[in-house]
Amino acid sequence: MQFFLDAFRWLLDPANYVAGSQSPLPIQDRIGEHLFYTVVSVMIAAVIALPLGFYIGHTGRGRQFVIGFTGAMRALPTLGLLMALFVIVGATVPFTQAAFVASIIALVILAVPSILAGAYAGIESVDKNTVDAGRASGMTELQVLIRVEIPLSLPLIIGGIRASAMQVIATAVIASYISLGGLGTIISSGIGLNDNERILGGAILVTVLALVIDWIFALVQRLTRRRGSSDTRRQKTHVRDRSLGPVTVAATTADEGENNVRSK
Amino acid sequence: MSWFIENFDLIAGLTGNHVALSIVPIVLGFVIAVPLGWIANRWLALRSIVIAGGSLLYTIPSLPLFVMLPYLLGTRITDDRNIVVALTIYAVAMMVRIAADALAAVPAEAIEAATAMGYSPWTRFWQVEFPLAGPVLLAGLRVVSASTIALVSVGAIIGSANLGYLYTNGKQRDFLEEIVIGIMASLIIALVFDVVLVLLSRVLMPWSRQSSRAKHRSILPVERVA
Repeated sequence: MQFFLDAFRWLLDPANYVAGSQSPLPIQDRIGEHLFYTVVSVMIAAVIALPLGFYIGHTGRGRQFVIGFTGAMRALPTLGLLMALFVIVGATVPFTQAAFVASIIALVILAVPSILAGAYAGIESVDKNTVDAGRASGMTELQVLIRVEIPLSLPLIIGGIRASAMQVIATAVIASYISLGGLGTIISSGIGLNDNERILGGAILVTVLALVIDWIFALVQRLTRRRGSSDTRRQKTHVRDRSLGPVTVAATTADEGENNVRSK
Repeated sequence: MSWFIENFDLIAGLTGNHVALSIVPIVLGFVIAVPLGWIANRWLALRSIVIAGGSLLYTIPSLPLFVMLPYLLGTRITDDRNIVVALTIYAVAMMVRIAADALAAVPAEAIEAATAMGYSPWTRFWQVEFPLAGPVLLAGLRVVSASTIALVSVGAIIGSANLGYLYTNGKQRDFLEEIVIGIMASLIIALVFDVVLVLLSRVLMPWSRQSSRAKHRSILPVERVA
């Protein structure tokens, strides 16, 4: 326990926050970098995965693709992907930028499956009667998607983004191994110097960052939930969801934690 | 290809260790999560604690957990036990919710019928609830298996000798072939584990294939029309 107390003392020491300190300090710069990588990667992944997920969810075409793809991606070792991209990118991009470019590509690749699964599962789980009601009142397919399906499935869509953000925060730590900045550098420099305070302090920082971001997403999910939202109807779609296997789990991680409280 | 042949012993050794490091968390995760899932259904107050706890643990990023555990367990940082414990925590965190949902979805009539026939709660669990929850438990186990095998390699950063070593070593030597072979080996392990799980379930749950097809037929139209 002493180690943890020391780590907390290290975290609270103002000396570690002085601007212009030697890397990996000051701490706030590393937090900023970590958030920056996360936001950039998740946004690029969302631009790719959301339209695709909406299309698949709306038309039902390519369901098998999503199920297979998200399942296969789960087996892909993140460390291997990072290192392979670093070597490939390093062959063409100047060394100073190779770490950043390779890491962002890897983070985007890892963020896509959850967002895709969330978007697809969200749209798919909207009550078919509601969708037909939209059509009957003269909406075009695009209007049905934008005015009916997306608003009703927002909690699940955001759940997918939430899961991808968690994945990216965790993988960005590992990317410090190819000298990407961020909070991982505090841990890796701690391992290098055999400095317990840095190892633990860095680990606690990343964990707290992940928990805070996760909590913010949970809050946003709750705020976007409305009557008829696809995840409040979960009990009904339950059994059908199940047969889908991997996607279900992606969708369940999506609204982890609060849904069970609500459905009681 | 020549690198693969020349270093076959190294790759085989790392693969063996990778498999060993994956099996323990997968099995332990299942064994711990199923009773927790049962408890979560038995006492509703515990349900939110168990499931929220699971998702909280799952949120902890992998490398930080790997490096925090030595301080909690009193192990050395390079000790493989840290990786096994960390991956078991993730496996339980992932599996507990699936287990709770799977057991909750067992039809109440089946449980009542078993009780009426004089089953004790213990035999009823093993002969009725557990087998009926089997297909969903299997789906969860397959997910846990795939992600555990992928996560083991992160341990290479803190010195564990598994396939992740091929990634870090390949990066240092700027040698893509080594990394790609390592990734493929990891994917093959995941695939083999998946096939084994599915085959095992066919043997243990011979009824599940038929019933899942019947389920599809009966539920989909009802969903659409109702």
